[in-house]
Amino acid sequence: MLKLIARRLLQMVIIMAVVSLILFLVFDSDKFKKQIATAELGGFSVAAMSDHDYQKWLKDKGLDVPVYERYAQWIGGLLQGDFGKSFEKDAPVSKVMGERLLNTGILAFWVFFLMIPLSLIFGIVAGMKEGSFQDRSVSFIAVFTTSIPEIATAILLTVIIALGLGWLPSKSAMTGGWNSLELVLPVLTLVLYDFGYVARMTRASMAEVMTSQYIRTAVLKGIPYARVIMRHALRNALIAPFTVIVLQLNWLLSGVVVVEVFFQYNGFGKMLLEAALFGDIYVVQAATLVAVFVAVLSQIISDVGYTFLNPRIRFS
Amino acid sequence: MTDTTMPAPRLSLTQRLKRPRALIVLSLLMVIPLIAYVMFGEPLARAGIREIVLIPAIPATLILYALAMASWRESWVAILGGTLVFFWVFVAVSVPFLPLLDPNKPIRPFAPPGTEVGDITFWLGTDLKGRDMLSRMLWGCQRVLVWGVTATAVAYVVGCIFGLIAGYISGIWDEIISFISNVLLSFPVMVLFILILNYLGPSGFNIVIAVTFASAPAIMRIVRGLALDNKTRDYVFAAQTRGEHPFRIMVVELLPNVRGPIIVDACLRLGYTTVAITTLTFLGLGLQPPDADWGLMIKEASNLMVWQFSYMLLIPALAVSSLILGFNLMADGLREMSLRD
Amino acid sequence: MNDVTPVLECRNLSISYYVRAGEIPAVVDFNLKLMPGEAHGIVGESGCGKSTVALAVMNYMGNNGGITNGEILFEGRDMRTMSAEELRQIRGSKISMVYQEPMASLNPAMRIGEQLAEVPLYHEEETSKEAAYDRAAQMLAKVRLPDPLRIMNSYPHQISGGQQQRVVIAMALLANPRLLLLDEPTTALDVTVEAGIVELIKDISSEFGTSMIYISHNLGLILETCDRLTVMYSGEAVENGSITDVFNNMRHPYTRGLFSSIPLPSADKNARPLLPIRGQLPLPHERPDGCYFGPRCDYFEAGRCDQGLIPMEDTGAGERHAVRCTRYSEIDWSKPLELPDAGDPVEAGDVVLNVQQLQKHYEIETGGLFLSGEKKTVKANEALDFRAREAETVAIVGESGCGKSTFAKVLMGLEAATDGKVTLDNVELGQLAVQKRDADTISRLQMVFQNPFDTLNPSHTVGNQIGRVIRKFGVETDREKVEQRVHELLDIVKLPRDFAKRRPRQLSGGQKQRVGIARAFAGDPKVVIADEPVSALDVSVQAAVTGLLMDIQRENRTTLLFISHDLSVVRYLSDRIVVMYLGRIMEKGTTDEIFTPPYHPYTEALLSAVPIADTSVKKRKVVLTGELPSPANPPSGCVFCTRCPYAMPGVCDVTAPPVREFAPRHNIACHLEPEQLTAMEPVITIEEEKAA
Repeated sequence: MLKLIARRLLQMVIIMAVVSLILFLVFDSDKFKKQIATAELGGFSVAAMSDHDYQKWLKDKGLDVPVYERYAQWIGGLLQGDFGKSFEKDAPVSKVMGERLLNTGILAFWVFFLMIPLSLIFGIVAGMKEGSFQDRSVSFIAVFTTSIPEIATAILLTVIIALGLGWLPSKSAMTGGWNSLELVLPVLTLVLYDFGYVARMTRASMAEVMTSQYIRTAVLKGIPYARVIMRHALRNALIAPFTVIVLQLNWLLSGVVVVEVFFQYNGFGKMLLEAALFGDIYVVQAATLVAVFVAVLSQIISDVGYTFLNPRIRFS
Repeated sequence: MTDTTMPAPRLSLTQRLKRPRALIVLSLLMVIPLIAYVMFGEPLARAGIREIVLIPAIPATLILYALAMASWRESWVAILGGTLVFFWVFVAVSVPFLPLLDPNKPIRPFAPPGTEVGDITFWLGTDLKGRDMLSRMLWGCQRVLVWGVTATAVAYVVGCIFGLIAGYISGIWDEIISFISNVLLSFPVMVLFILILNYLGPSGFNIVIAVTFASAPAIMRIVRGLALDNKTRDYVFAAQTRGEHPFRIMVVELLPNVRGPIIVDACLRLGYTTVAITTLTFLGLGLQPPDADWGLMIKEASNLMVWQFSYMLLIPALAVSSLILGFNLMADGLREMSLRD
Repeated sequence: MNDVTPVLECRNLSISYYVRAGEIPAVVDFNLKLMPGEAHGIVGESGCGKSTVALAVMNYMGNNGGITNGEILFEGRDMRTMSAEELRQIRGSKISMVYQEPMASLNPAMRIGEQLAEVPLYHEEETSKEAAYDRAAQMLAKVRLPDPLRIMNSYPHQISGGQQQRVVIAMALLANPRLLLLDEPTTALDVTVEAGIVELIKDISSEFGTSMIYISHNLGLILETCDRLTVMYSGEAVENGSITDVFNNMRHPYTRGLFSSIPLPSADKNARPLLPIRGQLPLPHERPDGCYFGPRCDYFEAGRCDQGLIPMEDTGAGERHAVRCTRYSEIDWSKPLELPDAGDPVEAGDVVLNVQQLQKHYEIETGGLFLSGEKKTVKANEALDFRAREAETVAIVGESGCGKSTFAKVLMGLEAATDGKVTLDNVELGQLAVQKRDADTISRLQMVFQNPFDTLNPSHTVGNQIGRVIRKFGVETDREKVEQRVHELLDIVKLPRDFAKRRPRQLSGGQKQRVGIARAFAGDPKVVIADEPVSALDVSVQAAVTGLLMDIQRENRTTLLFISHDLSVVRYLSDRIVVMYLGRIMEKGTTDEIFTPPYHPYTEALLSAVPIADTSVKKRKVVLTGELPSPANPPSGCVFCTRCPYAMPGVCDVTAPPVREFAPRHNIACHLEPEQLTAMEPVITIEEEKAA
């Protein structure tokens, strides 16, 4: 068990190192340096700038140093918790990102808080009896909600709830300070989209367990049906959904980009997009590394959890 | 036992069309003109044959639809999904021949659905620049479909090649391929899209590249798993023991047998790619204006948060949802049918 | 006759499954009367509905199954009228069941103790948890499991298949049931492990007085365990009676066909050739009118056998001996069946394949944190040494893990030998990978595979797959000639020529295996390795495929290496036998030498473990204790010492045994003195035929 965790952590470190190196090399291209200059000084002045001035600007920004040296410096900083500086905001990346991460964290918390019980209950009820009415209806709803992309869900919810009924604000920029009401639509959008997927996975897992021979053994042993479900079926049926739910963290990091941009919610995803469009390399780098870190960590948790929940693997 | 060679029974036309080779030809006939029309519009227009190339695609689409409906009779889910998908494909191949207003010509801004101006009726209204929404919605599916199909196809070719190598040859190749795909898979998809498109610049071809980077590792994993499963079967063993070349074993013995799960996955993935393209265009990283496309329509109207003009958002949103619903239902139906026999 | 209530009675029971295509009758008009303490066997080939009967008795038929007619009386009460709660109380306490696959039948995520204790906890009021666990532990000891407490704390995957089945049996017996249903309880197990379970089942019926229904495809197992039996065919019971009546005075043509298609260790191919049943089992929705067996029956009479439902009729002779045949009284049952021409024994030619001190070791890593994990050696094959002559059949016999598959891989060039030599007509193959062999060498050595569902590529037509071999080995290259050759090969394996255009999924298991044989012989091989080619097939089909394989071999003077675990089949068709255990040869010799003393102790146990469907055969009982060790961790000294009844501590577990020659090329690897080995009693003796 410990060996497994250690091995996966080592793998994570290797992946993060490779990713950061690739990012560094990519952003070292002239194109991106120009992009930063354009974003900061304006297109005209960059075009008018002489080569000498441009080199001077690079030097000011510390971009003239060879890439491996900057990478080494950056890694050094990283180990001390310094992610570099945002060109756009002229502030330390860690500070800019910290705020945004917190906002996204709140969003993610509510999404999981609602999505997990909802999808597990629906999935289990559907999977208990394959082909029954509840199974068909849950499956149908699930296909339907997962088929509507986040952007369309966001539109539909905004148009109906915010614009039509006027119950909730249509944007979530929180310009007038923190407002929990503004959080409802983004959360709802993400829950609606993701719930179907997890419910379907849970249903499939439960349905498979229910047709297994050991459930037949349990039924033919004459123990009450409630115990067959609670003790014999659930324990096995929840292993797969657990890993799926943990892996949804990775998906959520993609989903939040669209939703945050659409609702103008100041979260991590919106920051990443803005930084990428601006060419704010240290922010993009830091954000990508955080995203990769979360993704790989969720993979590790899901792997380790799977092993832990599954005695067949744990004790072999 | 019987010594007489029974003559092969004559196949009916439908039966002959249902053979894999005929289906592949029909599908290519449907897709290639469309791709040519969208990607190489300029040179084709100069040659004066831009519309003509689409003509063979129309009957091909209709025949394929009829065949699909005939063989999916058992699954209403697949029928429904197929109908949605083929509706949009048919629109895509026939839209230049439909009596529609020019999708890029501003006429009258902010006309709500049903407005009549002279002898023109804006059934779905006009957008904020005054362009006909109906026309833009129908034209919009062309770009989404073409880039979606192309990107998915390229991702599949790459994914299958590496998946077969990793699964069948294993060893060091598997290690290398699996590591690269692990690295790529540890990026959240949207982050990867943003990085790649930001680096390469927004365009249709770059979307193909980005989708390949994002999807190929997942496809590779599926194919690798299927190859690993199938390679322990005796028929592969039999091919090995008669000294077949690994390349032949991969292509002739393994590939046809991983077809089933891959087709189902491809339907789902076409859906994801459609979502991705629409979303990327919405974020400003995908296809470029002015040509109509659903993501662009959403992007243009997204700042207009007024109930009265919400049709500008709803129309593209519903259009893209119906196409994806079609892909997903089709995948579900196909999977259901494959489990049955 | 007696007024004791039967434990179970099925009256005119019919069961159907409802699928999209409509109603599929799985069991038709089934009658059974089971008296207290009686053991009743149900025997039949796959798809005959025998398992459906067992599940119907439990009233467990899934969502789409149901009883369409008749009744099931348990202790005189109709089970169909019971409420769900009543059923629950009966299940597991009064009727319990043992399943075919023990691994799948136990919950992988629960400890065995908890799974066992559930039975008393939910069936007996006021049972404390401690008492339930105690009872469970006692029961584990009663099914002869060593160290019950350790097993109670284990998860199912941590114990071996044989132990799992003992756990399932213990679970079934915990509530002291009136009726025990056993659905192919030993099919998934190795022969020597099977023998132990069968021994246990026999003891249960005498110790607990439980009534049993034993479902099996193996007539020999039924003979060993049951008092009465029902033979089923295609959903119908065709014959019903006591063991002696049905085995010695069968009155249904199908029963007779079944018996004449199984090889008995009392006879070989030249003395008593097998007589397969022609044709195939009809699909449930394609059953003919009248007698379902009609189209395959030699006594079929149009106008009588194909009309209406044939009723079950009491023969009047024997004890409750009934048969479903209109013509049973007209058939002359004493007249022997017309046996196919056995042909003369074939003279073996020169040595074709020579295996000398072949060794194959695998290195496996035991998983360190980095790549520096400890290496462990699995000795899959150790010092294999034997020869095979032209037109000779050499059988390699052994249970799982004995290294026979590894040996096949080395021979076929998919693995390189670690040491030793394999020569085929003076070409050294041990280190020669298949890619490096020339087409000629490859074509001289071909293989028939075990699993009929895997042996053909589902995506290509039969003709294509056979044709590919013909082209690959350069037998023919011209398209038409290839096609003609494919047709010839299909003729040889007795399949219609239009099968060339079919895809494998349109073929039955036996037909696929025939195609597999055609493919193996397409390149005119000198040596064919057949890896359990018939073990996955039904017995009546087995006989046909075995016969076919032998005919082709005889015709072409091919050397056949026949890998099998089934000594009956081996006895039937092989000239020489190599007995393997954990990668080593225990004994080798001619078939007669293997079947008569001196025996290697392992050979002795194997012979005793084979179930034999012949009442005139008497076996000496040798039951092995313990489990098959893992090949990755074999015992030191003689690998068989952990299970050997003759093991001498301090000798057998220390040094490897000497190989002694008892006759030319009859070798036994054992520490026992030659005199001791020679003095062994024969395991199988045949009683003189009593006057019929």
